[in-house]
Amino acid sequence: MSEPVAQVGGGIIDAPDSPVLDVDPGINATSPKIAPWELRFTSYDVEAFEVPRGREEQWRFTPLRRLRGLHDGSATAAGRIGVSVASGFGDAASSDLGGVRHETVGRDDPRLGDGGVPADRVAAQAWSAAREAHVVTVNEARSDDEPLTVTVTGPGEGQSAYAHLQLRLEHHAEAVVVLDHRGSGTVAANTEFVVADGAKLTVVEVHDWADDAVYVGAQHLSVGRDATIRHTSVTLGGDLVRLSPVVNYRAPGGDVELDGLYFADGGQHFEQRLLVDHSVPNCRSRVTYKGALQGVDGGTAAHTVWVGDVLIRKAAEGTDTYELNRNLLLTDNARADSVPNLEIETGEIVGAGHASATGRFDDEQLFYLMARGIPEAQARRLVVRGFFGEVIQKVRVPALRDRLEAAIEAELEAIGS
Amino acid sequence: MSTLEIRDLHVEVETESGPKEILRGVDLTVNSNETHAIMGPNGSGKSTLAYSIAGHPKYTVTKGQVLLDGEDVLEMAVDERARAGLFLAMQYPVEVPGVSMSNFLRSAATATRGEAPKVRHWVKEVKGAMSDLEIDPAFAERSVNEGFSGGEKKRHEVLQMSLLKPKIAILDETDSGLDVDALRVVSKGVNEYKAQSDVGVLLITHYTRILRYIAPDRVHVFVNGRVAASGGPELADELEENGYERFLGAKEEQPA
Ligand SMILES: Nc1ncnc2c1ncn2[C@@H]1O[C@H](COP(=O)(O)OP(=O)(O)OP(=O)(O)O)[C@@H](O)[C@H]1O
Ligand SMILES: [Mg+2]
Repeated sequence: MSEPVAQVGGGIIDAPDSPVLDVDPGINATSPKIAPWELRFTSYDVEAFEVPRGREEQWRFTPLRRLRGLHDGSATAAGRIGVSVASGFGDAASSDLGGVRHETVGRDDPRLGDGGVPADRVAAQAWSAAREAHVVTVNEARSDDEPLTVTVTGPGEGQSAYAHLQLRLEHHAEAVVVLDHRGSGTVAANTEFVVADGAKLTVVEVHDWADDAVYVGAQHLSVGRDATIRHTSVTLGGDLVRLSPVVNYRAPGGDVELDGLYFADGGQHFEQRLLVDHSVPNCRSRVTYKGALQGVDGGTAAHTVWVGDVLIRKAAEGTDTYELNRNLLLTDNARADSVPNLEIETGEIVGAGHASATGRFDDEQLFYLMARGIPEAQARRLVVRGFFGEVIQKVRVPALRDRLEAAIEAELEAIGS
Repeated sequence: MSTLEIRDLHVEVETESGPKEILRGVDLTVNSNETHAIMGPNGSGKSTLAYSIAGHPKYTVTKGQVLLDGEDVLEMAVDERARAGLFLAMQYPVEVPGVSMSNFLRSAATATRGEAPKVRHWVKEVKGAMSDLEIDPAFAERSVNEGFSGGEKKRHEVLQMSLLKPKIAILDETDSGLDVDALRVVSKGVNEYKAQSDVGVLLITHYTRILRYIAPDRVHVFVNGRVAASGGPELADELEENGYERFLGAKEEQPA
């Protein structure tokens, strides 16, 4: 960016007794008259954020020591991420992109930031320090059978890199996109999804990192008038993966579904922090995140964190929102934190609700299936597959769906269940 | 020919105040082609008996034996018991979200038959069995028992029995919660399976109503964790008339 811009939310809103949503006062916000979530501080400039110490609401669940210096400027990001774009997925992928444009641009490209502004220090660090950004633009309605695959590859073991990727759908464009993250190393990233008026983006963001990888990413979703986004986030691999998707509605009529699936093994820390910011009227959001955890006896616990913030601002009449998080603890030595927050500033809405549940494997279900002759391992697989079913079924790329199902089976086999 | 033998079965459950004995020496033998009715007051341990035979982890057998054709059932895992030919239609069938009925039935049939049924035959078989029980084909794509009404769950228990073809079937209050039409349909399903197989049936019920459709060879009165009396079908009529009082009295005389 040519000039760092600091922004503090849109002014003073009278909400004296609303519970804390995301208190991170940053530097500029000190007035006690500002509602807590209005204090949400955003800036492109890394120095505008204090170095997190671990007590902050935003960071309290994250083991900072495992971030390898992404949060305090000590990471030496000498590595490079790989970004490749193909038409089709898997075996069917081809490098002929047709009307899709893939550009590598400088950080001063005026389009960067259309998706949103970093809201934490790591995202701002990546914004400030990424050498270049990849912009992928779709300006046509592509068929569902022809997904785009964007593959992001880590910088390699022992290497660190900052990444910036923007996926743009122009007016009334349509695309199904697989955003496939894999490889090794340490990455801080901003990913922008800029969906113009009337456009429709279906994206599956897969984090299938190698065991050593650390990935901290902010997803900025910008939703135009009557635009649609179906975003599915899948986290299967990596030492630590922290994702912070933010939905910014730019005009009425936006419709967003955020689905998520994560499967954490012993030692893994998978964190998802969502913010759906209903700032304009007549928009819809649905959030459905499901996680499974399996620790190993005596090892470090499997840990997942899900924080789902939904705010309905005063202007956002006609909002329709529901968020759900469910976690399945397959073994002991697993910890799932689940924190839904719903802030409502207007009563003129269609509906708003949230639900969160974390439970152990249901022995009654297992007994029922086994009482019909189904062996235990298969019964467990059926139950877990059933648990993830509603998320997986929405993945509209059959080859990817197969891969995800196979990955879940492999995870289950790893504990010999 | 098959035989299920229950000998001096004692079963405990874990409670907050320590283990509690529910079954106190059950003796019962069920052969192929026989139908035994078990009747007894609420809480007397009928479901405990059914679950213990099926191997539910909540129940601990402290004494006694359960043998299927001489094989020790208590040594088998839950799924092995089912594959050996035991079937339990549960009083409260469990919901399994996200697992479709059709996938579940096929997995169960594959496991109990030892090989995957041929697709074309299987589809026909399931359709036929569902239509016999007057189950809407749309249920095949719904999650197992999820959101089913009480009666719909019971129909699906009988559907599973007719597809898994057990040697011994235990029906735990399969008639409870059924309206008159459903009772007729479900009874017909059981009778049809009885007619085309050698199944031995253990029918747990509170009502003689179902016994008019499914004729029992033997009736057992179950009180306080054991069989208090056994007789022919006429015993059910006596129970209907006089209740369990006569048998409850007997309980006091037995040593604790
Ligand atoms: N966890 C438990 N703690 C204490 N008591 C228990 C526990 N589980 C079962 N019981 C008791 O065991 C007894 C037998 O229960 P069971 O379900 O076998 O009865 P039943 O004969 O099937 O009754 P119904 O006719 O109502 O179905 C009941 O008194 C029940 O309360
Ligand atoms: Mg019972």
